[in-house]
Amino acid sequence: MAAKASRAAFGEALVELGARDPRIVTLDADLSKSTMTVKFAKTHPDRAFNLGIAESNMIGVASGLALTGKIPFACSFACFVVGRFETIRMSVAYTNANVKIVGTHSGIAIGEDGYSQMGLEDIACIRSLPNVPIIQPADELETKQVIAFAVEHQGPLYLRLTRQNLEPVCPADYRFALGRWLTLRPGTDVTLIASGGTVFNTLEAAKKLEADGISAEVINAASIKPLDEDMLVASAARTKHVVTIEDHSIHGGLGGAVAEALAEVLPMPLKRLGVTGFGESGDPKGLYAKHGLDPAGLAASIRKFLHR
Amino acid sequence: MADVQLDAIARACRVQIIRMLTHAGSGHPGGSLSVIDLLVSIVFGRLRHDPKRPDWPDRDRIVLSKGHAVPALYTVMARAGYFPESQLITLRKLGSPLQGHPDRVALPGIEAATGSLGQGLSVSLGMALGLKLATSPARVYCIMGDGELQEGQVWEAAMSAPKLGQPNSPLDNLTAIVDYNKIQLDDFTAKILDLEPLVAKWQAFGWPVQEIDGHDLAQIGKALDQAEATHGTPSLIVAHTVKGKGVSFMENNPEWHGKAPKPEEAITAIREILGVSEAAWADYLKTDATTRALVDELRALEKK
Repeated sequence: MAAKASRAAFGEALVELGARDPRIVTLDADLSKSTMTVKFAKTHPDRAFNLGIAESNMIGVASGLALTGKIPFACSFACFVVGRFETIRMSVAYTNANVKIVGTHSGIAIGEDGYSQMGLEDIACIRSLPNVPIIQPADELETKQVIAFAVEHQGPLYLRLTRQNLEPVCPADYRFALGRWLTLRPGTDVTLIASGGTVFNTLEAAKKLEADGISAEVINAASIKPLDEDMLVASAARTKHVVTIEDHSIHGGLGGAVAEALAEVLPMPLKRLGVTGFGESGDPKGLYAKHGLDPAGLAASIRKFLHR
Repeated sequence: MADVQLDAIARACRVQIIRMLTHAGSGHPGGSLSVIDLLVSIVFGRLRHDPKRPDWPDRDRIVLSKGHAVPALYTVMARAGYFPESQLITLRKLGSPLQGHPDRVALPGIEAATGSLGQGLSVSLGMALGLKLATSPARVYCIMGDGELQEGQVWEAAMSAPKLGQPNSPLDNLTAIVDYNKIQLDDFTAKILDLEPLVAKWQAFGWPVQEIDGHDLAQIGKALDQAEATHGTPSLIVAHTVKGKGVSFMENNPEWHGKAPKPEEAITAIREILGVSEAAWADYLKTDATTRALVDELRALEKK
């Protein structure tokens, strides 16, 4: 399997699932070419609605459609769709409408467009809503399974997708389940928990650490809410060291969720790697290097944490 | 149902609004009293629904976008049979499904959570579209406040509605109504952020607009008929109303946007709603045991 952006895999999955399930509809806010729902709109023009650059209305319309039995995917860049948090809070979450909110272009990895287009706070916002699971797939295989799951799941849900291509990381026989993580690489010295676009670089960092005699366990945490607390606690109890790696603010994201969970049942020092300030323009590789999310940067931070 | 019957129901609902707000000790009488004639006209005049089957797919839907006026909706729902009228006085109390603002999950029959203003029209658009796509005959009624129209999302929805679903599924199954009582929480809308020219604004966004007296049941009925007969586009009714309608000291007074009456004020309010003079009140209560019991119930609250 070649590298593919999770937004592209999402677009393909929607076409396939949409052919089988007439309840599926898409809503966009003038970014359908970027969220990749444009393919669905071509094959199912009567079920694709472009609401214009009006995300709040898009979210509300999605809620109304859900309340009449449709399965709406309301899509935009993560920062724009979750930026209308109050509408999500009332019209989707509190209303308990079966809306699938899709935020693409997550993280600094989008590159040149800069901070205004980067979803860096979306997980923190959505995590505070009691009934909205958050899922961030790490490759094409996982994305397609997650989209199929989203269709079956009764209730609101937030999907966090990437603009950039993702290298395959999940084995062919992998099956996604909500609240279940996947160990991609067993290890004994440190637990590395990554999600979405940072999983591949975390695996690469683990290889570098191995050369230094550090055995790193790498976990793909697609299910950010709920966490896989069983796997988290079991792995952390073995390695005694936990590092989270995400392309999101270190405040309130995967790292925040893991820290909160561990603090309650198995307190231990933990390192959250991710974005600490605003994003900025630049080439994606250069940005990852600057913000320490490239394999070398991750390995260096993890080494420093272990030898602190 | 004849207007005279609707009028009697509206009167009874006004009494219940005052009663439940007094029990709650907080809430929004002004906007509840301004919207009640519209709600009664819709629910008892034409709504196709079944309180025993609140999830019936082909039911007509009411989205009360101005969610703070939900006491008015609760009185109508109780009367229609969604829950016992005795439950009305649990409004805003711990554990009650009658939340301070509408909660769809807590109370079957509530179509959408509202109360954060500006969101109901968008949800109504989605419902109207979903019903059209399912070739359902059901209609959607969205009731907005005037102050609410200051929210930007309303105009996103207003811009979108005449175009959404075209050409095969136009949203002509949607009737939107503005309860134009001219007052918002802080003051008169004209002083805070004037909405005028309101009709011209909606027309410019592509909506057919009717302007009516929102307390005249004949006018309401006619306007709802005409909205229902409109094809190819959703339509809007601007209903000119009086905030606090029916209670002299609440009428047209911003003070009564979000304040519950004290028991003695409530009793005066109920007397006025029933159209009984102060002089005739004692004699009236001897002939109306229900109201007598209600007055005693409210007086007892004073001693609490």
